[in-house]
Amino acid sequence: MNLLAEPLIQRMLLVGLLVGLAAPVMGTYLVQRKMALLGDGIGHVALAGVAAGWLAGSLFDLAQQDALAIPGAVLFAIIGAVLIERMRSRGAAADVVMAILFYGGIAGGVLLIGLAGGSNANLLGYLFGSISTVTWGDVWMSVALAAVILLVGIGLRTALFAVTHDQEFARSTGLPVEALNMVVAVLAAVTITVAMRVVGVLLVSALMIVPVAIAQLITRSFARTMHLAMGIGAALTLTGIWITVFYDVQPGALIVTLGVLVYGAVASITTLARRGT
Amino acid sequence: MSDPAEIRDVPPSLVEARDVRVSLQGTEILHGVSLTAQPGEVVALMGGNGSGKSTFVRSIVGAVPTQAGTIRLFGRPATASSRAHLGYVPQRISAAGGVSATALEVVTSGLLGSRDGADRVGARLRGLLPPRDAHARARAALRSVGIEDLAKRDVSRLSGGQQQRVLIARALVRKPRLLILDEPMAGVDLESQVAFSHTVGHLKHDGVGLVIVLHELGALARHIDRAVVLERGCVTYDGPPPKDLGVHALPGHDHDHPHTDPPARDGGIGLEGP
Repeated sequence: MNLLAEPLIQRMLLVGLLVGLAAPVMGTYLVQRKMALLGDGIGHVALAGVAAGWLAGSLFDLAQQDALAIPGAVLFAIIGAVLIERMRSRGAAADVVMAILFYGGIAGGVLLIGLAGGSNANLLGYLFGSISTVTWGDVWMSVALAAVILLVGIGLRTALFAVTHDQEFARSTGLPVEALNMVVAVLAAVTITVAMRVVGVLLVSALMIVPVAIAQLITRSFARTMHLAMGIGAALTLTGIWITVFYDVQPGALIVTLGVLVYGAVASITTLARRGT
Repeated sequence: MSDPAEIRDVPPSLVEARDVRVSLQGTEILHGVSLTAQPGEVVALMGGNGSGKSTFVRSIVGAVPTQAGTIRLFGRPATASSRAHLGYVPQRISAAGGVSATALEVVTSGLLGSRDGADRVGARLRGLLPPRDAHARARAALRSVGIEDLAKRDVSRLSGGQQQRVLIARALVRKPRLLILDEPMAGVDLESQVAFSHTVGHLKHDGVGLVIVLHELGALARHIDRAVVLERGCVTYDGPPPKDLGVHALPGHDHDHPHTDPPARDGGIGLEGP
C-alpha cells in the first residue's frame, strides 16, 4: 500500500511542510528581538479566539459548530499581537504584557467554550494539535497564509532585520519602524494560527523558536540562520508526522521532542568540536 | 540676526537646530538647545551625565519628538526624506542582536530607508542596489574603518571596538554629508580609537560634517573645530575647544558630575576598557 497516495497523509504532510517552513521565518525575527516567548502569549489569545468562534457557531446554529474556530483564532491572535506591539512601543514591560495575555487568553477560552455549551475537551485539539482532522479547506487556507508569511518574511528580510536589530538607527534612516514592527507582530499571529493545527497552542512557539535555536548553533549569518531554520523546521514536522503514521503518538509533542533532541545533539557536537580545535 | 539676502549667498548648514525643547515622560530634558554644523566641520557635543547630549542628537535624527524649536537638515526642515544624507551611530555597546549576523549584513542594512531616488516605499524597504552592489558598498564601508577582513564574521564574536567600527561603517555606507555619533569612543580599545581618529580625518577632508557626543576629546582632539557644552539641558559653552584635554577644561562644566559612561540601553556584551 502506497501511504503517500492516501489523501489524509498528503494533507497532513502538506500542512506540516508549510508550517515547518513558515514558522521559523517569523521565529527568526522574534529571537532577534529577544521576544522568543511572544508566540506563547499570542497562542493563548488565539485559544480564546477558537472558543469565541465556537460560541459564534453555536449562536448562528451552524451545522459544523467549530467552523468559525480558526477564523476566530486568526482574528483574536492578530488583535492580541497588535495590542502587544502597541503596549510595547509605549514602554510597557514586554514580559508583563505577555503574562497578562497568557492568563487572559486561557481563562477567556475556557469561559467562552462553556458559554458555547461545549467543554474543555473541545479545546484539547487546539491545545495539543489535531493534524489528523485536517481538511482540504484547512490545507488551502494554510497554503494562502504560509505564502503571505514567506513572501513578506523573506522578501523584506533586510528591512525587518534593520528594524529588529536596531530600532533607533532604523528610525534615523527614515524606515517606517512602527509599520514594520506591526508587520512582524501580525505575521507572528498568522503563523501561530497556521501552526496551531499541527502542534497545538501549548507547543506552537516551539516550532518557531527551536529550529532557529538549532540553526544558530551552526551558522553565523542572519540569512543563513533563517534558511537553515526553515529546512530544520520542515524536516522536523515531516519526520514527526511520518512517524505518527506508523506509531500512535501525538504529532505535536513528537515534533517538538525531536527538535529538542536535535538541539541537544547539535549543541553537544559543536561544543566538542570547539574544544577539539 | 543675519540678513535674509546674506543667508541666500551662503550654503545652508548641514544641521541647524534652534531652541530645541524636548520632554520625556513629562519632564523637560532640553530647555532650548541650539547647534549648527557646517561641511567639513567637526563639532564635539560635551557635558556630564544627564546633561541631555544623547537626547539632543536623538531629536536631530528623529528618534525622539521635539516639543518646540526647529531642526533643519541640509537647509530643509528635518523629515524622513531630508535624512537621506544623514549617518547616525547610536550610543550602544554591542552591534549584536538575538540572532547571529555578519558584519556585512549589519552594514548592508544601512543602505535602506530614505535615499536619493528612493521615493517609493518599496525602494526604501528593499534598497536601491542589487545585492551584489550593496555588498560591494558595504565592503567598501568596512574597508574605510579598517575591518574589511571581518566582513563575514559574526558581529557578536567581535571585540567591542570592532563592533563599534561595524556600526560606524553602517552609517558610512549611506555616504552621509552629516555624520552624528553618540559616544563612539565609549569603552573601545586603543586601536579602534586610533582607527576612528583616522576615519574622522578622512571624512573631514572630504567635507563631511560631524557632530560627536564625547566625554573626553581624547584621540579626536586634533580634529575638533568647535565644542558645544550642555549642562542640565542648556548650552553653557559654544566655541573653540581648549588645547588641554577633556570636558573638565571646558567653561560651564559641572565638576561635580562623575565621568562614567551611562548604562547601555539595550544590554549586550561587556567590552574591554581602553
